[in-house]
Amino acid sequence: VKYLLMIYQNPLTWQGMPESEKRAFMSDAGAIVDELIASGEWVGGEALADPSTAASVRVRGGVPTVTDGPFAEAKEQVVGYCIVDCESQDRAVEIATRWPDARQWGMEVRPILSPDGVEM
Amino acid sequence: VTVEPGIERLLRDLAPQVLGAIVRRYGHFDAAEDAVQEALLAAATQWPAQGVPDHPKGWLITVASRRLTDQLRSDEARRRREAAVTLAEPAGPASHAAVTQDGERASGQDDTLVLLFLCCHPELTPPSQLALTLRAVAGLSTAEIASAFLVPEPTMAQRISRAKQRIAATGARFTMPPAGEWAGRLQVVLHVLYLMFNEGYAATSGEATSRPELTAEAIRLTRAVRELLPRDGEVAGLLALMLLTEARRPARSALGGALVPLAEQDRTRWNSGQIAEGLALVTGALNTAPLGAYQVQAAIAAVHAEAATAAETDWRQILGLYNLLERITPSPVVTLNRAVAVAMVDGPQAALGLLAILETDERMAGHHRLAAVRAHCHELAGDRAAAAAGYIGAARTATSLPERRYLEARAAGLAAGARDTGAAGRGPGAGATGRGLEAGAGAGAPACGAGAGAREAGAAGGA
Repeated sequence: VKYLLMIYQNPLTWQGMPESEKRAFMSDAGAIVDELIASGEWVGGEALADPSTAASVRVRGGVPTVTDGPFAEAKEQVVGYCIVDCESQDRAVEIATRWPDARQWGMEVRPILSPDGVEM
Repeated sequence: VTVEPGIERLLRDLAPQVLGAIVRRYGHFDAAEDAVQEALLAAATQWPAQGVPDHPKGWLITVASRRLTDQLRSDEARRRREAAVTLAEPAGPASHAAVTQDGERASGQDDTLVLLFLCCHPELTPPSQLALTLRAVAGLSTAEIASAFLVPEPTMAQRISRAKQRIAATGARFTMPPAGEWAGRLQVVLHVLYLMFNEGYAATSGEATSRPELTAEAIRLTRAVRELLPRDGEVAGLLALMLLTEARRPARSALGGALVPLAEQDRTRWNSGQIAEGLALVTGALNTAPLGAYQVQAAIAAVHAEAATAAETDWRQILGLYNLLERITPSPVVTLNRAVAVAMVDGPQAALGLLAILETDERMAGHHRLAAVRAHCHELAGDRAAAAAGYIGAARTATSLPERRYLEARAAGLAAGARDTGAAGRGPGAGATGRGLEAGAGAGAPACGAGAGAREAGAAGGA
């Protein structure tokens, strides 16, 4: 089963962090990615640009409204994601537990709907 | 390169035998595979023009051996240059000299089996065993396997190469496992073939149509194993189970890819040839071999196959078979399927009691199939509100899109039926007429094939 791991951060806190601490975060994350590539569980993932660069789009009655900023106003925002293909949700949660952002902010693990299925 | 279908089929059949022969002679799984690929490519380009040689397998083995020894020699030369050390004696491939001694004792067919044993090495995880078997034995390309499992090619390449490294690290030899390990190792091979079939069966309901048909590969490989072990009841049972399940494929999806439950399938569309072959296989196995889980699952699928309509299903016999299966391989998935049969034989209340026990099993609690079966029991008992709520809850926890759609449709059907009681006779609420909501393995189909717990909870278990 594939899982989306959403990485949450408070961008303001991140900006205030000392450079050395940021580097430690990134190298921790990089090490996990290398490990997942080696285990064959890594499917993909990217870091996102600052939430202030986001555009939220809604169409009502055929009329699009585009507003600057993320969809939900919150201190913590999605700043990146990984997709992993692993045996169980427990394993996906274990990966999220080790992700550096989980120590400071949080991670959200979501199973990805599979296009496969069997009749009942 | 387009190759004539005849030659392509020949190459596919010979590929694992040639790879087996080369690995047996030289070891070096990785390099051997490259060499065999080159030999197959040479054959694919030369044979159509020059004709198929008299001994195609010997031809391929010769060409692959030459490529491999050239490769090993140049690797060796490079290593020596790099190390800048003069060795007193060339340390060529150790098994090189053993080639002729080993001779051609083992037939190519045995090589296929040994290759299967190697790919399904117990040290590997099931996904690795599957990937390696598809690559080395079935001869699928890494890109094809990646597309079958919906992962990027580099992910699959990594999975396969790690599996090979793991095998090399365990020092596994390319030989038949010792007699004492044989049965356990065969069990792993059969489980991998079962998983391969399940993956394929679940995938055929999907929307991506370019995915290779893993069910066809699983059936082909299981047939090959059966040719080698014609008296093994579980091999026959597994092949029967696959055929009886695959036979339903033409009837199991509606337009747009929606899943059609077993009870609503148009049985005239089932593949009668596959059913006849599956019935003969399972009957033969049950009469001559010691009983096993695959045979019992095949027998359950056979009972369904023999019912001309869903209403004619012999649920009493199916319940008996589930009792038997639960004794052979107890698992919460088997219990769940037994509950479906209990609902049909002893009524929904008895089944709900059984489901309440399953709730306490953490492997099953929260699984959408458990919720779906509970909803079905409520529906049979005439409690539409509880059934609709149950289907919605089940849909919410499903991680398979077609299964979620199916469960949502059941809930919507109940709601519509409740509004329009006049149509109850033919509406979706008419569950009492024997609309069996079978949880995968119940129908002999994959157990929780697409569910989160698929591999751990598989009914056949392979344990």
